[in-house]
Amino acid sequence: MSDFIQTSPARTIQNAVQDHFIPAEAPWSGVVRKGQTIRIEDSLGQQAIDTLFYRADDFSERYSNQDTMRMQGAAYIGIGTKIMSNEGNVMLTMTADSCGRHDTSAGACSCESNTVRFGHGTKYLHACRDNFVLEVSKHGMGKRDIVPNINFFMNVPIKPTGEMTIVDGISAPGDYVELVAEMDVLCVISNCPQINNPCNGFDPTPIRVLIWDGED
Amino acid sequence: MMHVRRSPEEIAANRARYEEHQKKGLEFAPKTLPGPSPVPASAIAAAAIIHQETIPGGWYWSTKLLRGEAIRIDQGEGNSTVALVAWNAEDTSERINLVDTAKVQWTTALGKGRVIFSDMGRVMFSIIEDSSGAHDCLMGGSTAASNAAKYPGEKTRNTRDNLIIIAVKLGLDRRDIPGILNLFAPVRLAEAGGFGWQGKRSNSGDYVELRAEMDMLVGFSTCPHPLDPDPAYQPKPVVITRYKAAAPAADDLCRTATAEAVRGFENNTLMQA
Repeated sequence: MSDFIQTSPARTIQNAVQDHFIPAEAPWSGVVRKGQTIRIEDSLGQQAIDTLFYRADDFSERYSNQDTMRMQGAAYIGIGTKIMSNEGNVMLTMTADSCGRHDTSAGACSCESNTVRFGHGTKYLHACRDNFVLEVSKHGMGKRDIVPNINFFMNVPIKPTGEMTIVDGISAPGDYVELVAEMDVLCVISNCPQINNPCNGFDPTPIRVLIWDGED
Repeated sequence: MMHVRRSPEEIAANRARYEEHQKKGLEFAPKTLPGPSPVPASAIAAAAIIHQETIPGGWYWSTKLLRGEAIRIDQGEGNSTVALVAWNAEDTSERINLVDTAKVQWTTALGKGRVIFSDMGRVMFSIIEDSSGAHDCLMGGSTAASNAAKYPGEKTRNTRDNLIIIAVKLGLDRRDIPGILNLFAPVRLAEAGGFGWQGKRSNSGDYVELRAEMDMLVGFSTCPHPLDPDPAYQPKPVVITRYKAAAPAADDLCRTATAEAVRGFENNTLMQA
């Protein structure tokens, strides 16, 4: 784990309005207000962080991976990416990224998809969809509300032939992304427990989430 | 920060297991998938046909589809993208899941021999025929805003609104609209990660046949794909034929082509037991 890397003179650990430690394999949710910046930090490196966003005052508006890819004309998330909702609105904009590779094509692991991908023997392993189900249920939502997500720090190259495979993550300890909220959003995270593929180096690790007020 | 790392031995064992799965998945073991289906399509026996619908360009349609039935989606004489969504008829919280479909089959390129998964690790459709081989499971469909930008001043219909209408008429709502599979949209990703419309727009006369592997509600929209190179809004009609499919043989291609499909169908069997 490395030291905190400052991206703006105005944002320090001391003046963060929220600072959350999320253990390996655990879920988390919290509200990010319009104008606030959320930093998601891969504290120990090579950890996939499965993330969803919902409009805070109307959960029927939520993250859309297809709209986000279509609006960018690209499959990967990076600095400047506008995180789009299913209603065509910008939810957040990515303003900083020390890693350079984030996926939104491969979705979250689940007990069910693990059986298909890795064999029925992997059914009883904790998975992101179960984290999401538990976490969104706290907000009155259910399985139907879980949509394809962003996988921060997950490395899923897609070849021109269509070939798609999860390979070793490239994030180092302390790597981060920062997003500024363009509307009030509920952020829901599953700190991925997957140990059947290299999305987190076969070794899930803790992460940190920090939120700051706007600088204006 | 209290955290105990896994042991190097444990990590090495899991990595070895993944690499074995990856090798099998990428090498299409145990069966090699065939090329595109021949054009024109063979006739469907009249006695097997349950219903035939011509959807005008830019419109929508939905149908119930029972396990063992199939649909042929035929471009006819035009070039048209068909957006498709589907829900389990008995529990609409189970629905088409394209991120899982691509991930578990190690490819975004869907074609004859591949299957389409739900979010519950079960197979919804088998792609039993496909003359096109050019489909898009990543980019989604048009919206009012994307059409307004592409066709300024023109009166158009869009996929997002069509799917809202379908969902609401089925008693569902906006929360229930899943990611979209675009049939007949040759979209691929360049090495740098940008999308492109590769080569020909698609051939008139192309068709896809999907066999239902569970009872479903299926929705279709026939608006142009957001990357369709035609600058004019002129979507063409699409003919959909719902028919009683032949029972799958023991060596059915879609059920046996990959280890992943075999395990998906094992999950279907448990559901239907």
